[in-house]
Amino acid sequence: MRIKTGLGGTAGLLAVALVLAACGNDDDGGTAGGDPSQNADATEVTLTITDNAIAGGKNSEGAAWITDYVIPEFTAMQEAKGVDVTIEFEENGVDDEDYKTKIALDLQSGSGGDIISIDGIWTGEFAEAGYIAPLSDIAGDAVDDWDGWEQIPDAVQQAMSFDEQVYGIPVGTDGRVIYFNKDLFAQAGLPADWQPTSWDEILEAARALKQLDGVTPLQINAGVPMGEATTMQGFLPLLAGTGEQIWADDAWTGASEGLTQVLDFYGQVYGDEALGDPLLQQEAQGRDTSFQLFASGQLGILIEGDYLWRGVINPDGGIAPMANRDEVVGWAKIPAREPGAGIDGQDFVSMSGGTGRVVNPNTEFPQQAWELMMFMNSPEAFEALIAGGGARITPRDDVNAQALAGDPLMSFIAEEVLPITAYRPALAVYPQVSVALQEATGEVAAGTPADDAAQTYLGELEGIVGDDGSIAD
Amino acid sequence: MTTAPSPTEVEPDPAGAPTGARRSRPADDGDAAGLGRWRATGFVAPALLVIAVFLVFPAIWTLYLGLTNWRLTGLAAAEPEFVGAENYTDALSDPAFRNSLVLTLAFVFFSAIIGQSMLGFALAWTARRLRPAVRSVLETVVLLAWIIPASVVAFLWLALLDRREGTLNALLGTDGTAWLLEYPMQSIIVFNIWNGTAFSMLLFSSALASVPPSQFETAKMAGAGTFATLRDVVLPNIRGHILTNTLLITLWTFNVFAPYLITAGGPQGRTEILGVYIYRVALRDGALGQGAALSLIMIIINLVVASVYLRLLRERRS
Repeated sequence: MRIKTGLGGTAGLLAVALVLAACGNDDDGGTAGGDPSQNADATEVTLTITDNAIAGGKNSEGAAWITDYVIPEFTAMQEAKGVDVTIEFEENGVDDEDYKTKIALDLQSGSGGDIISIDGIWTGEFAEAGYIAPLSDIAGDAVDDWDGWEQIPDAVQQAMSFDEQVYGIPVGTDGRVIYFNKDLFAQAGLPADWQPTSWDEILEAARALKQLDGVTPLQINAGVPMGEATTMQGFLPLLAGTGEQIWADDAWTGASEGLTQVLDFYGQVYGDEALGDPLLQQEAQGRDTSFQLFASGQLGILIEGDYLWRGVINPDGGIAPMANRDEVVGWAKIPAREPGAGIDGQDFVSMSGGTGRVVNPNTEFPQQAWELMMFMNSPEAFEALIAGGGARITPRDDVNAQALAGDPLMSFIAEEVLPITAYRPALAVYPQVSVALQEATGEVAAGTPADDAAQTYLGELEGIVGDDGSIAD
Repeated sequence: MTTAPSPTEVEPDPAGAPTGARRSRPADDGDAAGLGRWRATGFVAPALLVIAVFLVFPAIWTLYLGLTNWRLTGLAAAEPEFVGAENYTDALSDPAFRNSLVLTLAFVFFSAIIGQSMLGFALAWTARRLRPAVRSVLETVVLLAWIIPASVVAFLWLALLDRREGTLNALLGTDGTAWLLEYPMQSIIVFNIWNGTAFSMLLFSSALASVPPSQFETAKMAGAGTFATLRDVVLPNIRGHILTNTLLITLWTFNVFAPYLITAGGPQGRTEILGVYIYRVALRDGALGQGAALSLIMIIINLVVASVYLRLLRERRS
């Protein structure tokens, strides 16, 4: 059965508490791009950029880049061609999950910005829903003609692709490491060049830190409130360290040995020894609090992506700036459960993801939107972004070559972490599986035995993907 | 005291009836206003249309959506399939839903029926005897809690109950107590009492003002104590107000969403009252079809509650 055009309309707001809006007709959002040449010759153009970045808050350097560089430069460029362009920037500064809900509702109702920033992992579900369309369906041949594609490695392009179609341009990729506070390590008699080689060594270091007063030794993200951060910065790197992946050989991993080992590790961290703070994992704003604790030297060890380094504790524009970051913060590769136990027999593991930008299929100005996309992904634009907010791994090899040199952590990730990293499955149901994993880790952190949580997870998984052999034993 | 008759109970004089007809009423032809069928329809039509567009249609639409596996994203967003009553049976057999329902009932009972009513009445009762200046200060303070936007209020409460730098911990010297995690339900119940008491207070204030002073005087002369006065003078007079107040705050509290801003349903779903639960299912988890089914169940519960109260009110009148 299909919800037909015209049945849509003003569906929605039900009685009282719930706003379950289903505005707009079914055909908006459902069409795979309109006419690429629509309004191609317009001389008055309005474009909107939507991003989860906001001045003075989340990803503030990205917001500043858009306001101070992209908009004035692009407007001037177009003016030279006699086109009067107005660019609006729709800022957001919320949890990724809330942002996702918001743009999904935008796209579903046929509205939303012309260029929207999304997490690469949403590409599949958004594409299946018809909310986004392959770039060449939207803007035509101009997409294939772009010379930038050659500069973006296939593995990175993959982040914004689904079913072998390119839906967007990645903004870059990232990697996860273990951060630690060297000051606290020195106080606890631990080395400044710490590199654990097994989970046990992480726990040992945490036990040493436990002796310090007012310090939470270790945080491994757990629970649903932390959202995808739990899966990406907690569960999945650990699972990779057991040699398993959440999706392998066309099947989802069920209550496997590795999965149970990971949950058991959570039990060790948050259980009787209380090496981590289980309450922090349940707080609605727990992740932000963990950032602040780390920045103020009250948290010893934390697994995070390079976002922590450049967006959180960055003394210049981070949301929890740490003036002495460069001296105090150390980092190490995430060890496998024991040496050689990781995926492909690796000693160390990581996980990578990445965000990107898509063009809204409902845009009134497909050609101009694509031009803006190209401009935002030009080497000059990335250089301006880096100049404004420190190093980051851009999607472009030509930019990376010089941009990362000045930043020790970013070069470390580019050189040491990216070669051993793993990616999440680009499948539309992944986000649901991810939530089930978050629930399982949250339960263990709250005291449920690992085996029980693994069984609960398996039950959830069967509910999500069906019990038809798509779950590995 | 007589309850003010509702408009429908009043027999208006038929328009244009002869003056002598006061005693001999014309036969009731169902056209009390004398408008005629078409003009009457014309008057009612806009209201009916608004009700149809904003109430009936969404309700039917929700019923229909609840029968599909419609999701916010993914394949099921583009092409939802008809799944019959699955969402409804799933919901009723889901422990999370039952948990949420129990939490909601507890939330309504403790924060609205007990908390807001009692406190609202106590405030109204006390305020009667206060000096006007003091009284208006008290009422303003209580009202402020009610009229400040929920997002601002939520921020204030987060600051109050914060584990590390919270005002409450500083006042009580209970450093490090995570109120929102250790006592989540208690926290949102107290929050809701604080937030919503103003309405009960205002309603009871006016109710108390409608109690004839002569009855108080009589009670006083008969030597009745406070309790006896409340029981024998005040209660019989304001019973209708109590019912109305309870009906309204029950429905409001049942559907309230503001606790989400403080606990987001956590920790581990321990404050996931229905509104929050539905939001989580429909928008965070993206299961719009299931969310629609849950919403319809919620509407039905609302209707049942409302009709029970309305019946009680009507019985009192007749």
